[in-house]
Order: sequence, then C-alpha cells, then structure tokens
Amino acid sequence: MKAIVNVMLKNGVLDPQGKAIEHALHNLGFAQVGEVRMGKVIELELAEIDPAKAKAAAEEMARKLLANTVIESFKVEIAA
Amino acid sequence: MKAAILHFPGINRERDMIIAVRQSFGAEPQIVWHKETELPAVDLVILPGGFSFGDYLRCGAMAAQSPIMQAVKRHAERGGYVLGVCNGFQILTEAGLLPGALLRNAGLRFLSMDTLLRVERNDTVFTKGWAKGATFRAPMAHGDGNYTADVATLDRLEGENLVAFRYADGNRNGSARDIAGIFSSNLRVLGLMPHPENLVDPLLGGTDGKPLFDALAAA
Repeated sequence: MKAIVNVMLKNGVLDPQGKAIEHALHNLGFAQVGEVRMGKVIELELAEIDPAKAKAAAEEMARKLLANTVIESFKVEIAA
Repeated sequence: MKAAILHFPGINRERDMIIAVRQSFGAEPQIVWHKETELPAVDLVILPGGFSFGDYLRCGAMAAQSPIMQAVKRHAERGGYVLGVCNGFQILTEAGLLPGALLRNAGLRFLSMDTLLRVERNDTVFTKGWAKGATFRAPMAHGDGNYTADVATLDRLEGENLVAFRYADGNRNGSARDIAGIFSSNLRVLGLMPHPENLVDPLLGGTDGKPLFDALAAA
C-alpha cells in the first residue's frame, strides 16, 4: 500500500522558493499566475493492507520526521 | 570545563571548532561519532557547522535522529552545556532542544560574509566574556539561517530574555526580530548561525569569537 505525504510550509511562513518560481513564471509571460507556494511530496511504500492503519502510520512518520510542524503542515493520502 | 565535539557525516567545521577549543581550553576536545549512544564525561557538547547528511529533507533533520542525539538530550536534561553553531543550531531546533526553526534565507542566496552580532546579555556562561550590548564580528556561511517561530514563542524568547545575539549591521537572512542566536530556558543550550570559531586567531583575521571559548574554558 502506498502513502503519499504532502508537506507544505504553513500559511504565513515566507516561502522564498515559491516567490522565485512566481517571478520566473511571470517572466515567461504567465501573467495569470498569482501566489506560488512550493512543497514536497514523499511517497512511502508500506507493508500494510489496512488503509486506516497505513494512514495513521504515515501521519506518525510525518510528525516525527517528514514534516517539521513548527513551520510545515502535512496531508497524507493513501493510494491503492 | 571539558568538551566533546560531535561528528556527523557531511559536517565541515569540526576542525575549526577543535582549534578554537584547543586554544582556549588548553586541552583536546573529544570527538564523538554520531552513531555512538553515550557521551564521554564532559560538561559541554558542541555541534559544529556544515551540511550534515547533505541537508536532505531539511537542514539538520537527519542528524537530529542520530543515535548520539538521545545522549545529548539526556545531557541537556541534566543541565549540561550544549553549543550548536550553524548546522549545529539547525540540528538543535530539529531535535527540539531549542524552539523555532531555520528557514531558507529570505533572499534565497547563500550568505558567505562577515556580520556584526550584538550581545544581548552577558550574565551567562557563554557570553560573560563580552559586555552587554557589545558588538563583535562573526563570519556567516549559510543558506538556511532565517530564524522563525510563532509569535507566542518569539514573545516568550524576548520576555524571558533568551535572545543571545542579534544581527547588528543588517538582517540579511530575514530572521524574525533580527535573531542570530538563542538560549534554552535554563541558559545551558546556545544555538547561533554565525561562526565565532572562525575568528579565534590573529592569523585568521581576528579574535572576535575568542571570548566565547575563553568564557567556556573558565567556567
């Protein structure tokens, strides 16, 4: 079973990489682009068949290592 | 005071730190590999700068999970002294030994230049070699030195007088409230981004950082 952990900087935390991407997109002529935020996607292959248990385990991993909850929030999705 | 210097894969300032300690302490620091689970009998544990584990995931995130860090936490809980510089500061925040986090520099550039630090209090073992409000030169070399914490934590740090150093000649990395270094609540753990250990000898361009090590040696 695969868990996908999305990690993003919390709202209000300055995201200079997102800002740089935003400027580059504007330079390319994508005038419709508003704010850009950048995060990370971490895929975990889990030896687990129960989706609820897989999600709980991935969330614990996110809290302990994959995200720094001082500055980041995370969301876990379970893929079949 | 006896000191140990932790060695994580990917750090690169441990030799500078050894020289600074040797010079002020008049004794060799012990070098402790990150896979050790116990510290030698020392009063001070130093986490030097560099790029532990290639800065993978987040700066200091991997090193904070190293086996030796459990021993460092026990050392800190017993009231032992801990000094983290640059990547060492990042590791201490990732390990929860100091509050807040170090984000990418606000201007996105890696900063390699001297800065001036202001000493916010001099009644601690780390800072008693300076006068309160004194400024000293310290080299910076970091891409992720933008100190951040939630407003309540920042207010608590200021309210409890736990800010050790502030940038005194411009805030180049975007740090909240110009914070360059902070103490733990018991004043035994200090983390800062710039490198006092790189200015401890006239041959290296100055001795501005030496009061830190001289004060620790005398404690």
